[in-house]
Amino acid sequence: MAIKLDLDQKLIDLCRTYTADIADDIEDKIAQNTTTSVERTVLRLLGVDGVDEHGIPLPNVIVEKVQKEGKLHRGISYWFGNALLQTELEVQELAQAIAEDEVDLFALAQAGNEKVYKHLLKLARAKADEIRENVKTRKEMKDEHPPGPKPWLYVIVATGNIYEDVKQAKAAARQGADIIAVIRSTAQSLLDYVPYGPTTEGFGGTYATQANFKIMREALDEVSKEEGHYVQLVNYCSGLAMPEIAAMGAIERLDMMLNDAMYGILFRDINMKRTFVDQHFSRMINAYAGVIINTGEDNYLTTADAVEEAHTVLASQFINEELGLRTGLSKEQLGLGHAFEINPDIEDSFLMEIAQAQMVRQIFPDSPLKYMPPTKYMNGDIYRGQLMDGMFNMASIMTGQSIQLLGMLTEAIHTPFIQDRALSIENAKHVFNSARNISDEIQFKPDGKIQKRANQVLEETAEILHEIADKGLMKSLSEGIFADIKRPMDGGKGSDGVIEKSPDYFNPFIDIFEEELDLDAG
Amino acid sequence: MLDKDNLIKAYGDTYNDGKIQLSFTLPVQKGVEAEEAARVYCAKIGLKEVEVVHMKDLKEGFTFFVVYAVADVFVDLNKINVAKIETEEMTYYEINDYIKEKIGRELTVVGACTGSDAHTVGLDAILNMKGYAGEYGLERYPQFDTYNMGSQVPNEKLIEKAVKNEADAILVSQVVTQKNVHIKNLTEFVEILEAEGLRDDFILVLGGPRISHELALELGFDAGFGSGTKPNQVASYIAQKVYQNIKK
Repeated sequence: MAIKLDLDQKLIDLCRTYTADIADDIEDKIAQNTTTSVERTVLRLLGVDGVDEHGIPLPNVIVEKVQKEGKLHRGISYWFGNALLQTELEVQELAQAIAEDEVDLFALAQAGNEKVYKHLLKLARAKADEIRENVKTRKEMKDEHPPGPKPWLYVIVATGNIYEDVKQAKAAARQGADIIAVIRSTAQSLLDYVPYGPTTEGFGGTYATQANFKIMREALDEVSKEEGHYVQLVNYCSGLAMPEIAAMGAIERLDMMLNDAMYGILFRDINMKRTFVDQHFSRMINAYAGVIINTGEDNYLTTADAVEEAHTVLASQFINEELGLRTGLSKEQLGLGHAFEINPDIEDSFLMEIAQAQMVRQIFPDSPLKYMPPTKYMNGDIYRGQLMDGMFNMASIMTGQSIQLLGMLTEAIHTPFIQDRALSIENAKHVFNSARNISDEIQFKPDGKIQKRANQVLEETAEILHEIADKGLMKSLSEGIFADIKRPMDGGKGSDGVIEKSPDYFNPFIDIFEEELDLDAG
Repeated sequence: MLDKDNLIKAYGDTYNDGKIQLSFTLPVQKGVEAEEAARVYCAKIGLKEVEVVHMKDLKEGFTFFVVYAVADVFVDLNKINVAKIETEEMTYYEINDYIKEKIGRELTVVGACTGSDAHTVGLDAILNMKGYAGEYGLERYPQFDTYNMGSQVPNEKLIEKAVKNEADAILVSQVVTQKNVHIKNLTEFVEILEAEGLRDDFILVLGGPRISHELALELGFDAGFGSGTKPNQVASYIAQKVYQNIKK
């Protein structure tokens, strides 16, 4: 790829030096703690599923019992693994027996660490192999039914009813969508558990449940084969149950996950430590499952100004990149997010959009960038909306973006109708096809407006990363460095689910993932 | 006697030609039958001279239509009656001067996106320092003491905060209105205030893209602001309303 923007490589390298410092500091805090959601994830990966008589998921029931005894610091897997050995029950049988108080985890004889760990590693190995099998299936499906050229067309369905979602998703896939995201019901991110079973009621979206994942995956596999192009499935690996969603996605072969290091802190007021620990484990799972993550920088620009705060997006991308790489994600799995959100009434706003989009393309050449459409300045005028979305698509094809979340002409009115989605797909196909190779033809004028804008944003990014590296990320977040949002270091939801690990903490999945993903043990 | 000029129809290119355009999807396979189904559907709505100008296969047994037709009914402008916010719109400087001179103390405003709603775009546009569309938000006004509680705030928490800070006005923003989830939440909010005998202690302002002044009144609020509302419009309303209440 020819160099289009003349960016200062030394400055880019300097940014990455700062981010390494920032990540070192955060990693220490991650290594010291586990969370209730991480431990529930371990149970899910070991094969625990289902709910008790009150509808509470068994992973929650069991982890709460151990937490109440103040014994979660050595990890749920030790207690559960020991009980497996002592009772000789199958995983699910044991889970039910614990929930029904037929087995008391703390009254059992102790088999000793070595035996328990060995047994757990065997079980974890089997699940890890199952996940690897999904990775293989995905590759075979992709080889046989290759996805379309990038930018991939990404659309959302959000009816609240998984069966209705399936109809809309299949229609969209047949119209040419490459990626289907099932939007979650509003406020699912604040549920400290994962709902169970197929669901048909939701507000502004459909609950993420393992059964719903399976239903949608099967439907999309069917369409992929019929249409001859692999349709990728996305969900939301965020909120208080973040790592559990990652596990469910790995098991049901989701292809992408929204999975940001800081989104929960900023936009859902979730406790910082909880978020950093949860994102770390969930990203290891995503890394292992070959899932492409999408980061959430676009959200900054819906609350803060897209011109003044452009550098915060780039700074956050650098941070997400560094934290992501440290969990074993490859650059090809880092769908770093940004957005087309500059006020369209500003003269040359399109030039600024191009500058920013091209800049991130060059700084992260191997990463599948996730480009988000205009939302903030969509006002209910659907004709203007369709034009803005066309401009957005043009910016994308001109700068070689990868994952194009299609703008809806009815943004700010309602969750998409079937025709809204069809019109957005038509819009993108039209623009992408008519300008397919335009990016190869473009070089930007030295000292032109686009060149200057990109360099200005990069310089500001280096400054802000320097500042964050000096202060530490948590303190910076508490001072409102991103999205104009301030979050206290010890505040936020879910802090009661953060538990300091004891020296004998054990999690067989972390051991397996660290080894196979070539990570330095923390 | 009817005043002819007040009886109107849609306008295409000739006065009262009644021309309208519409688009919709029918759950039917694309084809001549689908086209006829669209025409019959429009006829049943009461439309005349129905022309299906575009038809697109949305797959999975759905077809999208663009239709032009004549809507042969009149609206009598004399009979139109809409609830409107009666206060006068002022500028940032005028509002601050107004409060200083006429009320003589700072006004306190507490705002939140309540219930499960996580969308703070509208609330932030009105309250945040930076504001919206070139108008400063209420945080910037020296004469306003502003508390932005953010998203997903339970009704009880919002009321508690308003009571504690002796707020003059409470701002509630609701963006997610799918399946009318907001109605239940907003009704509950007003009911709590009434049950606690607090309803008249506050000016209640509702905002959101699907909110009208009329809907707000219906739900027991004092005013409602829809999409495109600028912070100064809300600020003007609150300042003048507080002054009116003092004068009473």
